[in-house]
Amino acid sequence: METHGSLRHLPLEEEHRRQGARMQPFAGWLMPFQYQGILEEHRAVRTRSGVFDVSHMGRFFITGPDAAAFLRSVLTYNVARLETGGAHYALLCNEAGGILDDVFLYRQGEQRYMLVVNAARAAQDLRWLQDHLPPGADVRLEDRTDRTVMLALQGPGAAHHVSALLSPAIPARLPARALTEIELYGYKAVVARTGYTGEDGFEFVCAPQAGHAFWDRLMQLGVQPCGLGARDSLRLEAALPLYGNDIDETVNPYEAGLGWTVDLEDGAPFVGREALARAKAEGPRRRLACLRGPGGRAAVPRHGYPILHNGRPVGTVTSGGYSPTLDTVIAMGYVPPELAAPGTELAVDVRGRPLAMTVVKRPFYRAGRPG
Amino acid sequence: MARPDDRKYSREHEWVLVEDGVGTVGITDFAQEELGDIVYLDLPPAGTQVKQYEKMGEIESVKSVSDLYSPVSGEVVEVNQAVVESPELVNQDAFGRGWMVRVRLSDPAELDGLLSAQEYDELVSQGEPGAPR
Repeated sequence: METHGSLRHLPLEEEHRRQGARMQPFAGWLMPFQYQGILEEHRAVRTRSGVFDVSHMGRFFITGPDAAAFLRSVLTYNVARLETGGAHYALLCNEAGGILDDVFLYRQGEQRYMLVVNAARAAQDLRWLQDHLPPGADVRLEDRTDRTVMLALQGPGAAHHVSALLSPAIPARLPARALTEIELYGYKAVVARTGYTGEDGFEFVCAPQAGHAFWDRLMQLGVQPCGLGARDSLRLEAALPLYGNDIDETVNPYEAGLGWTVDLEDGAPFVGREALARAKAEGPRRRLACLRGPGGRAAVPRHGYPILHNGRPVGTVTSGGYSPTLDTVIAMGYVPPELAAPGTELAVDVRGRPLAMTVVKRPFYRAGRPG
Repeated sequence: MARPDDRKYSREHEWVLVEDGVGTVGITDFAQEELGDIVYLDLPPAGTQVKQYEKMGEIESVKSVSDLYSPVSGEVVEVNQAVVESPELVNQDAFGRGWMVRVRLSDPAELDGLLSAQEYDELVSQGEPGAPR
């Protein structure tokens, strides 16, 4: 038997094991990596629906009269633009403009926000945020990761299941990236129309007891349980960056194609603002490009493999894999800006053998428009 | 589930089924289960000389690349095009339609060094540390 003594355990671990989950350590948590198989789970989310336990994601609650001002001082995003009931993708950057984490900010009320951060960054993020709390500010920052679970129901069939199990009013009044507070099996819960798969879907943050009940109902309906393996292949098709793979402190948002998350117009100071203004003016020295393989089965371009142009190394693959939806290998990686234009012919050095790949527009896959 | 006892097994989790001096080679149910979804197979083309216990190809799953070793020496006489085009056949039917290559044996005595189904069962149930990941 494997021992995972120091790992954090999901409240729903028994449910996952009952569904045949293969558990693996990830970012300090023991996580379901796959159930029936990554490809099967991937296809379920693209064609029907699947549910992921993403309770490893850090969940911080920021409340108080100065909550918005505090968040504006640490996020690249102009928090004032976020209305109650809305959610937005944003970045934490360091003074040099390097990306400390990519996060989702949810506004639950006038002075109430939830920040969902990457598991691998959660501890550092929390310390960093605490260090940046202005003295005397009337704001409370609370880590509720251990007291809640987070389930992501994703896929074209997700709205139907939410209607049938909870209420037709929820999908009806929630456009993309909106959130609302509901009662879920007797417990307060946040539901948002967000996800990390490139598909329609809902994410639920609730008490573990409600999570158990909701998970069991979804299993009874035949919703596919999905692990981190499918989560990774789905987000890659949607060209959503994975922190630690595609973005990190050495990368600025403009290089990563995340300039749209940086608000400089409001003039408000935030950590990294000066460096980001400079980076924007100078233009990126490299760009995260989407590379598409020749179609069909091929050797897989993986993280760290060199990207070649005319046989010369020009960059590195940050994420790569086989795309079940497009039936080809795909990859993302940094290349000089002049080689990042769609149509550019590049290659990836796959253990000594060049694999021809073409730069394509981001993303590889958009819901409802496969191929 | 009983593994077929009509064939021999290697410690690297390949199987070989010999008929008329030609060995059909694949990987075991245990190996495919450990690897997870297989997405690409790099197999030696017909005519290649392979050697027992030496690398003859690569197996790529969603998460990793593993070497494929030949359980016997000889010449590759046939490659299973069906698994090249649909590697998931290995996951679905490792002992049947998931076969990979056929090798004309140059030294049938090598088979004596391989494991029986029962011996392989014991190896796997002990949690062989060299199992592919």
